[in-house]
Amino acid sequence: MAAQLSTMEKNMKKRQRRRNLIAYSFIAPNFLGFAIFTLGPIVLALLMSFAEWDGSNAMKFIGLKNFVEIFKDDRFLASLRNTVVYSIFTVPITLVIALGLAILLNQKIKGRNFFRTVTFFPYVASLVAVAAVWNMLFTPAKGGIVNQFLMNVLHVAPLKWAASSSTVMLTIIMFSVWKNMGYYMVIYLAGLQGISEDLYEAASLDGANSWQKFRHITVPQLKPTTFFVTIMLTINCFKVYDIVYMLAGGSNGVVNKSAMVLVYYIYEEAFRNWKLGKASASALVLFAIVLVVTLIQFKGEKNYAND
Amino acid sequence: MKSKKRNRIIGQVIVYVLLILLALLMLVPFVWMLSASLKFNKDVFVIPFEWIPKEPRWQNYIDIWTKIPLAKFTLNTAKLTIIVTFLQLLTSSFAAYAFAKLEFKGRNTLFLAYVATIAVPWQVYMVPQFMFMRRLGLADTHLAIIILQAFSAFGVFMMRQFYEGIPDSLCEAARIDGMTEYGIYAKIMLPLSKPALSTLIIFTFVNTWNDFLGPLIYLTTESKKTLQIGLKMFISQYSAEYGLIMAASVLSLIPVFIVFISLQKYFVAGITTGSVKG
Repeated sequence: MAAQLSTMEKNMKKRQRRRNLIAYSFIAPNFLGFAIFTLGPIVLALLMSFAEWDGSNAMKFIGLKNFVEIFKDDRFLASLRNTVVYSIFTVPITLVIALGLAILLNQKIKGRNFFRTVTFFPYVASLVAVAAVWNMLFTPAKGGIVNQFLMNVLHVAPLKWAASSSTVMLTIIMFSVWKNMGYYMVIYLAGLQGISEDLYEAASLDGANSWQKFRHITVPQLKPTTFFVTIMLTINCFKVYDIVYMLAGGSNGVVNKSAMVLVYYIYEEAFRNWKLGKASASALVLFAIVLVVTLIQFKGEKNYAND
Repeated sequence: MKSKKRNRIIGQVIVYVLLILLALLMLVPFVWMLSASLKFNKDVFVIPFEWIPKEPRWQNYIDIWTKIPLAKFTLNTAKLTIIVTFLQLLTSSFAAYAFAKLEFKGRNTLFLAYVATIAVPWQVYMVPQFMFMRRLGLADTHLAIIILQAFSAFGVFMMRQFYEGIPDSLCEAARIDGMTEYGIYAKIMLPLSKPALSTLIIFTFVNTWNDFLGPLIYLTTESKKTLQIGLKMFISQYSAEYGLIMAASVLSLIPVFIVFISLQKYFVAGITTGSVKG
């Protein structure tokens, strides 16, 4: 009896081992690439931020000196400030517009698919191409189509847009909202489709009006979606780089302090100045901010769920 | 009753007005691009703007091919995009099957590692990653760009979420019939996951086709550069060649739009399962 049991046990173990191996064979192709080229560099990034390294000579560990240095650097502080300003405006504006669009495009109307597709166009379009158009539409010259609109229709003074340090961030934020809102709109659309019709019908029977339905059904039901959208938006805002490069970078891609953002600083320190330690230290600051914002939102989400 | 009906009609009108305004806002830059691509440079900023050029200058679309090695750039980008999209789809859906449908040791830990790295922006580790690739002799190669894009955690996450929604009983039944796990993956799961696969194709294709920072860091030899880098180079060098810039821009958008429009009917369905529902 006991011998029988132990062979059964052995067989089970054998089968489990076989099952593990099959599972690993499924994961291996992706995991190997992922571990070597993503996880590895993430660990290396941590090490490098405490070291001085130019990429060719030996790495020298210098403790926290990189962090002390970047927080004394005007360009780093400017990039930090600009990134925060950019995110503070872009996140809520994009979120509200995306939600509004999703509600609009969730109605049963003719041509719905056309409008959905059109809203997504800017998101899939190449940034270089659409930024080139924007630069022409928003040219600082008076002949630009947007400045013409400002002067002849709204009767206000033309603006210098990306060419002036006071409006460059505004231009970048507007462009970013226009380019990306379609993506978040689709996520909200998916969220809206997950809300049961019964809830709305029950509310109608109780005599609720549209606003009440929005306030007491749509918004709370969309809470998980909003949570997801906010996190994605925040992360994407903090890693902004190419929009700034296209709209505010000169012909050689150099931007001045008024449009400097974190990733720009990292790029410059790493690939122009070859100060890899400083670059990694600023990358770690970027990561820390993203992490803190994500954790705060997680906490908010949990508190809400416990209510 | 009558006033209720009238209210509904007014509501409909407001919705349509908003939608048309929206469509205009989204489309005007593209129409402007198309229109300017068919003009002489001197006519691009003439007021009032001529939306449909009286004498379209098709020559712009011919000149641009000789002004920069556009064919080479397009070919490079197409090659990279197709390989990356293929690898991404294959490895992600493969790994996702194990995470969603197989019991094994270390499943939760491994999956957590994947999810956690989605929240780490690539920009955080792009510098050490470049140094590592350079050490391997991969700087200035297309292989580096492929490796960079082909193993994303996002793809695994998205496919896994979708597979979770497919009932386990389907797999169980197939197992009893003697199908191997590889057979179940290929013959049952893949055909069922068209929406998720289409969504992943759109995202990977669009991201790789449009990627700028990756090729900017890695590719230094001109003949290896991608369309986006080439286009930006052209814009910087010939900033006043408005017509040509716009013609090149229009050309660079066409492949992405074709892929998007042909797959978009699956799109919302794919996103629904891919992103929000846990």
